[in-house]
Amino acid sequence: MISLSNVSKIYKSKLKGSQPVKAVQNIDLDVDKGEIFGIIGYSGAGKSTLIRMLNGLEAPTDGSISVAGREMSKIRGSELRKARQEISMIFQHFNLLWSRTVRENIAFPLEIAGVSREQRLNRVDELIKLVGLEGREDAYPSQLSGGQKQRVGIARALANNPKVLLCDEATSALDPQTTDSILDLLQDINERLGLTIVLITHEMHVIRKICHRVAVMEGGQVVELGKVLDVFKHPEKPITKRFVQQITEPEETKDTISHLAAEFGQGMVIQLSFAGDDAEKPVITHLIRHFDVEVNILQGKISPTQNGSYGTLFIHMLGDEAEVSRAMAYLNESKIGIEVIENA
Amino acid sequence: MLEKLFPNVDWAILLQETLTTLYMTGISVVATFILGIILGLLLFLTGKGNIWENRPVHLIIGAFVNIFRSIPFIILIVLLIPFTKAIVDTMIGPKAALPALIVGAAPFYARMVEIALREIDKGVIEAARSMGARVTTIIWKVLIPESLPALVSGITVTAIALVGYTAMAGVVGAGGLGNLAYLDGFQRSRNDVTFAATVVVLIIVFIIQFIGDAITSKLDKR
Repeated sequence: MISLSNVSKIYKSKLKGSQPVKAVQNIDLDVDKGEIFGIIGYSGAGKSTLIRMLNGLEAPTDGSISVAGREMSKIRGSELRKARQEISMIFQHFNLLWSRTVRENIAFPLEIAGVSREQRLNRVDELIKLVGLEGREDAYPSQLSGGQKQRVGIARALANNPKVLLCDEATSALDPQTTDSILDLLQDINERLGLTIVLITHEMHVIRKICHRVAVMEGGQVVELGKVLDVFKHPEKPITKRFVQQITEPEETKDTISHLAAEFGQGMVIQLSFAGDDAEKPVITHLIRHFDVEVNILQGKISPTQNGSYGTLFIHMLGDEAEVSRAMAYLNESKIGIEVIENA
Repeated sequence: MLEKLFPNVDWAILLQETLTTLYMTGISVVATFILGIILGLLLFLTGKGNIWENRPVHLIIGAFVNIFRSIPFIILIVLLIPFTKAIVDTMIGPKAALPALIVGAAPFYARMVEIALREIDKGVIEAARSMGARVTTIIWKVLIPESLPALVSGITVTAIALVGYTAMAGVVGAGGLGNLAYLDGFQRSRNDVTFAATVVVLIIVFIIQFIGDAITSKLDKR
């Protein structure tokens, strides 16, 4: 559905003597039809520039971009406008027209596409039901909450039956609960309409919850790419590890664990990580039944992703040396990831 | 009562001059509104980082606006005499004042339009572009509606300035309340006539302000 090959975007700086800014460098990327594809990176990583090139709001300096069968870097004028009606976008700050009601905002892209008034009204009613905004049709954006505004944004984006939906930090201005409800809506739309979704974010939570595949961006380049669960299992680059830790290790975990380890004074603290089907195996039961060790569960978490669950468990293990090393050997044999955090 | 307070005021003439002032103000406000929006849009759209970014055009329009905004109105009337003669074929009467009024006020208003347009959230324009809108659609359905309260409060201020300009135009022969206050009142030492004309001007200004404020607050849904 979307294919990028060797795409670069370089901004020439107007200040004398300063280097041109390479916002995006040599990116190759393919997004399949019906996929939810996530791009994660910190601000300045080039993800905003990248997503804006997908609908021609920015033109690449180099390389080719094809979206829904159109070569975006080559078309302009009316053909580009036509293409944009098939590639919708939703925004971090919603970008609704304050002078229009909910209904009129949703009708706006239909007016642009030249749909007749009667058809517009029907379509708008359908969309209002789809995003769950019944009863608020005549409200102005200033009377809506953030989540409701984004629902209007989504309805507006879907009005012309697009093939691709681009989400530019669509949940970054929302609170966690609203974020989840918007993500549920996006997933629902993806399943029901078979819409291809590309989203950019700096929150791993968003990737974990709805994305099938993820690309990690740093310094204008894609440094890691793969199925979400695989990236969770084997993050390669340090930046990816940090993003994965957003989910697996809430900030205070490290402090808590080292504090506890210091209190125990003996034994070892181990981090186990499970992915896919392994997450449901009774490893701990086996451990205490078959080895003479004491196991203390310190902290655990299971995070479901679109391709299976990913879990982490911090345990404290105590016993005589021979038993502990036999237990470790068992853990090493099973397919789970282990990492010794503290060994007193 | 009124006869005592205003012994020299001829009410029929006062009414007639009021209508003349309203005529000059009305026509010039409408023309300024249209011309100012066109100039303001051009200034905005050719500005840095905008849809029609074009530095030479932006500079030329900017210079034109700045020059005509800076010339004192009383001098502008004199300067525009040949231009006025060419267009309306007379130098006397309310019609003769219109070209100067419009040329004086439109650049002033154009700057206000440009400022109003710059206040529009860039994201909204980007959203319209991302939907495949053409520039004319963006102008009519995004730029103008989204800045309308500011456009209306701007034209209110401009209209009040124009009432003042008509008074000056009146002194050089255009008629209206300014002419009445100056020639009939001041120069013939009839203070009551000057005072009556002033009161009417004030009433006109208050009404314009009231209408402008009412429309602005009705339009603003933010």
